[in-house]
Amino acid sequence: MLAIQILIDGFAISTLYALGALGFTLIFGVSGVLNLAHGGLMVIAAMIAWYLDTSLGFGPYVGALAGVAVCLVAALVTYGGIVRPIENSRAVPAHERELFVLTATLLWGVMIQESLSYAFTNSPITVQPLIAGTVSILGVRTPINEIFIAAVAWAVMGALWLLVNRTQVGRRLLAASINPRALTLLGFELDRIYLFVWVIYGLLAGIAGVLLGSFLGSGSDYVPGLTGSAFTIVVLGGLGSVSGTLIAAYIVGYIETVTAYLVSPSLREVPALILLVVVIYMRPQGLLGRR
Amino acid sequence: MSRKKTAFAAAFAGAAMAVVPVAAQAAKPIVVGITSEIGTIPGKAIANGATLAAEQINAAGGIDGRPIKLVIEDDHLSTTDAIRSFQRMVRQDHAVAIIGTFVSEVALALEPWAARLHEPYMITGAAANELSEYVHKDFKAHQYIFHAYMPAAYLARAVCDASKATLVDQFHMKTAVVMSEDAAWTKPLDAGYDSCLPKIGLKVLDNIRFAPNTSDFTPIYQKIETLKPNVIIAGWAHVGVQPTVQWAQQKVPVALAGINAQAGSDVFWKATNGATEGVITGSTAAPGVAITPKTLPFTDAYVKKFGYSPAYSAYSTYDAVYALADALKRAKSTKPLPIVHALEQTNMVGTQGQIAFQGAKSKFAHALKYGPDYVTGVALQWQAGQQKCIWPLKLANAKAKFPGFVPVPKS
Repeated sequence: MLAIQILIDGFAISTLYALGALGFTLIFGVSGVLNLAHGGLMVIAAMIAWYLDTSLGFGPYVGALAGVAVCLVAALVTYGGIVRPIENSRAVPAHERELFVLTATLLWGVMIQESLSYAFTNSPITVQPLIAGTVSILGVRTPINEIFIAAVAWAVMGALWLLVNRTQVGRRLLAASINPRALTLLGFELDRIYLFVWVIYGLLAGIAGVLLGSFLGSGSDYVPGLTGSAFTIVVLGGLGSVSGTLIAAYIVGYIETVTAYLVSPSLREVPALILLVVVIYMRPQGLLGRR
Repeated sequence: MSRKKTAFAAAFAGAAMAVVPVAAQAAKPIVVGITSEIGTIPGKAIANGATLAAEQINAAGGIDGRPIKLVIEDDHLSTTDAIRSFQRMVRQDHAVAIIGTFVSEVALALEPWAARLHEPYMITGAAANELSEYVHKDFKAHQYIFHAYMPAAYLARAVCDASKATLVDQFHMKTAVVMSEDAAWTKPLDAGYDSCLPKIGLKVLDNIRFAPNTSDFTPIYQKIETLKPNVIIAGWAHVGVQPTVQWAQQKVPVALAGINAQAGSDVFWKATNGATEGVITGSTAAPGVAITPKTLPFTDAYVKKFGYSPAYSAYSTYDAVYALADALKRAKSTKPLPIVHALEQTNMVGTQGQIAFQGAKSKFAHALKYGPDYVTGVALQWQAGQQKCIWPLKLANAKAKFPGFVPVPKS
């Protein structure tokens, strides 16, 4: 019974982790940007979804869609207003650009967190589940919302896989991540590919943010934690590796769940962090990383 | 301008200048410092409660003609920030007294500073027993501190009194699991629960403490479910939304009662999307319930001014500001010791009940007096989007009822 509980609970959490971290690793893989405002964007999606639904009464579906849309806009603002100006700046030496982008997105994340706290207070909220009720899976009472979350997350990840592996645009994305210079030589405009990948990222972060908000809640105080867990998963899986991220998300999700059930819920984050330190020490490129 | 007119104007200006300082002196505001956690529901309520009380007192003529001026500082839940702002309010703003914080850890850090700086300090939301035990320990040095809220031991007693009258007597519940966040205020609370719950006929099957940053409560609820208790007796203030939402979403078949401090605010219904339906919590007061003649006028004025109903700490802070104003009038002084002695004589009708402080000999020196003749708090339950009072029975405006997924034992 306990094993089934761990299996179900761990699966839902891991899937959400995977979805949340996927966009994060995608923009790193394609454009080399580590976006430390990631958690902030996810929380924006959840807060907007909650606000439209609960405070303005537009219903959970309109709320969820608006949350994703606003998150997409916020992602594009992050790219257009923070990342791109630094990448195009002559004042920033080329070899320091990554560091500047890292610092700028970190500060941008803090600004998002403080603004959310000012607008909505830092009290946590929960996004209304799109489907209410519970079902019994092998004797374990499970909220239908949990199954719905896992299904949506897998559908989105499946769509992403199709996009990357089965479409022309997707191949360009892959090419940009492997050899951006060759792609430019072939006459493709890198800027458009980057913009496209930020659009995908905004959608992924938005969907993950809304779903997470209906499962674990959300709030301005969640911002650093969400960035941190995406970072842990992506580094563990190998920066820029999509399949590595998926595997790492499930490893982290299940280690946390097993710890929460068998040791103590208070210690759930500790073993995954220890594992991260060990991986960085033994295999710095991560489980499936290329560099 | 002719010479005569100029001389007249100069004389007038001189006279005016001579008069102005006297007039300013007469209306010089009395500064009161507020330290709180503005980003949180109970912290914001402290600032709001103080603001409303000060405005009303000033509108009624202030303290012998002198208005109260509030200096409100956000301590961001940080003891370092709180200590710095406490020192600044005493030394730069010359606050005659400081009021606030619902976080016991912050209040415990401020107490030595109140004693060192001889600054009257009224704690209006934090509940650790140690706060008033500290006053008792070295009364002469620590007498400047007043615990203008109930110590956790009394909160536990109120929960037990309420549970006896409702859960045990009305619903025949027999078993409970105590589930508290790991914080300074819940240690004495849990000790109080462990000692008084068995006495009222609720056997404690387990006592679970969890970190306040816990995000997923599923493992805890699964564990509780295997023990099959009738009720979870909570000790939550830093958390509230997430465990409440998961309790409802997972349809945990156990009633949820005790203290779920955030559920005392009406913002909680929205924050949890209504998952708080059926949740019982101990609180200072309930909307629509006249504990005293001052309760309803206060909640009405509060809702009118801020647009939402007051959390528990708004009541205690509002009463504290009135108690302080009353003491200042009687003391006819803004010096620390006369204020302290006047506060000790406080015996006034507040929004929460009759407000009076315990003496030096009490274990909880300078804490609010507890009991039916003083302050007991209420137990309220969320029913169809509204907070209903279910205890004390003489004030109750509803009978407890539980969501469909919570089985109620047959007698």
